[in-house]
Amino acid sequence: MVMQTKDLKVLTDPLFENNPIALQVLGVCSALAVTTKMETAIVMSIALTVVTAFSNMAVSLIRNKVPSSIRIITQLVIIASLVIITDQILKAFLFDISKQLSVFVGLIITNCIVMGRAEGFAMQNPPGRSFLDGIGNGLGYSVVLLSVASIRELFGSGSLFGITLLKPVTEGGWYTPNGLMVLAPGAFFIIGLGIWALRTWKPEQVEED
Amino acid sequence: MRWLRDLLDKQAPMFEKGGKLEKLHPVWEAQDTILFTPGFVTKAGAHIRDALDQKRMMITVVVALGPAMLMAMYNTGYQAHKAIAAGASPVGDWHDAIYTALGMGYDPQNILACFLYGALFFLPVYAVTMAVGGIIEVVFAVIRHDPVTEGFLVTGALFPLILPPLIPLWQVALGIAFAVILGKEVFGGVGYNIFNPALTGRAFLFFAYPAQISGDKVWIAAKGLSADGVSGATALAHASEGGLGQLTSHGFDWMHAFLGLVPGSMGETSALAALLGAGILLLTRVASWQTMVGVTLGTVLMASTLNGIGSETNAFFDVPFWWHMVLGGWAFGMVFMATDPVSSAYTAKGKLLYGLGIGILVVLIRVVNPAYPEGMMLAILFMNMFAPLADHFVLQGNIRRRAKRRVA
Repeated sequence: MVMQTKDLKVLTDPLFENNPIALQVLGVCSALAVTTKMETAIVMSIALTVVTAFSNMAVSLIRNKVPSSIRIITQLVIIASLVIITDQILKAFLFDISKQLSVFVGLIITNCIVMGRAEGFAMQNPPGRSFLDGIGNGLGYSVVLLSVASIRELFGSGSLFGITLLKPVTEGGWYTPNGLMVLAPGAFFIIGLGIWALRTWKPEQVEED
Repeated sequence: MRWLRDLLDKQAPMFEKGGKLEKLHPVWEAQDTILFTPGFVTKAGAHIRDALDQKRMMITVVVALGPAMLMAMYNTGYQAHKAIAAGASPVGDWHDAIYTALGMGYDPQNILACFLYGALFFLPVYAVTMAVGGIIEVVFAVIRHDPVTEGFLVTGALFPLILPPLIPLWQVALGIAFAVILGKEVFGGVGYNIFNPALTGRAFLFFAYPAQISGDKVWIAAKGLSADGVSGATALAHASEGGLGQLTSHGFDWMHAFLGLVPGSMGETSALAALLGAGILLLTRVASWQTMVGVTLGTVLMASTLNGIGSETNAFFDVPFWWHMVLGGWAFGMVFMATDPVSSAYTAKGKLLYGLGIGILVVLIRVVNPAYPEGMMLAILFMNMFAPLADHFVLQGNIRRRAKRRVA
């Protein structure tokens, strides 16, 4: 099956053209909370991508059967079930990381990206394309999460994936870890600077006053 | 002077529109206005004529900072020499290499020696601030086609004064870069910033590298302090730990703190130097008296309230307001930071409210929050954020009053 250009656009647009965090400014809460380390950021990215993709598909499958007055609660039931499954899988196979992620896996239920795509895209589009849209938005979220986490872990702890690259002074090295990077405001600054850079690169994303 | 004017004029066409170096016009303009008064005259219509332009205003602030700067150099050297006389050892890096090469000794009584030694610590920090901050400023001016303004001279003079003497120079560079880019340029440049840029830079260093800016051993430019009974902690840290009792038992008295002969950030220790600056700023009406009165009132109110409440466990509750005013950066912050015309409130009553908020918050943070012995920086930044709200209330009050008058 050859992928149609429209499908491809649905998949790649959320990366930079219409990034859920950088342009729509959704899902920032978890982007601040889980990005102190690469490990947690990667697991969180995968979890969110999977949930968004499958919830999009499921919502799209039943979009013509659900009365509009109860659509939100139906979407929530689907998303919540998927999040619980993801949470259980993480607890079963990646217990340590699951403990570090704590409530933030559960909070995917209220993540604006998941709800936003289900309501804004899956309700009007066929299941296949909705699935791709979920993957695309999950990847857009992942791009931001991983770049923020790589900066925060590298400059905040001098390591990546727990492997020491810049040896901290406390362990006899030369690098003074930047404490701000470990604090949540550090992520705010990085995301803000990232949005600044992105809008300089693509000026059409700048909002009119 | 004729030849200098001619030289600048000869270069001018290169930087005009269509010239070879058109893009660098802000750079040429900056050096032209620094050397000469701008040659522009108003061409048409009625104008308010006032000798006070931005250039004169900013330069006045820099002049007012003079006493604090001199005091910064003297006290940094004095504290170091005093510690060394008491048994601590010199830092032992290039500072001392230059100092001994000049043939000077470590003597706390010798004013010139103290001054020189302090200058060796203060001037490099100042130079790095001006160089790094200045370059960023010029780059933004070139990209945005804005003129380079004198505003940075003030930020660049304030920033080194609120740093401890032993701060590593790369941290100074990082801090001023953060101050200029995220404190000012993201908001659109001079006049648009919400927060005071110099304090923003210090807040960045404070949270990013707490060991080098809020530790015990960074306030005196000497090594091996605690071993010989010289603790190196600031007066505020002692007050926060054990109230007035610990302050006096460590040899701090009010007069020393007022004069500024205590450890601390380089330029902030001397309330006297800040007051001299305040005198210049108030006489020339560059800074607002409402803000200063507000901060003073707020501090008196809050400190007296806490004195009244008292506390069994926290001796800092009993420290009276006249001590709060000479400890830490209170005076320096009130005179030079709180009055920043861009980040403070605009209306006269708003400034009073805004100052009151700073005064109340600074005492509250110092006394009640165990994590931060000093509260001036956070109090000012916090009230910067609420300054527009203070203005809003004042404006609404004015509108209501006038509406009522109309009905009657």
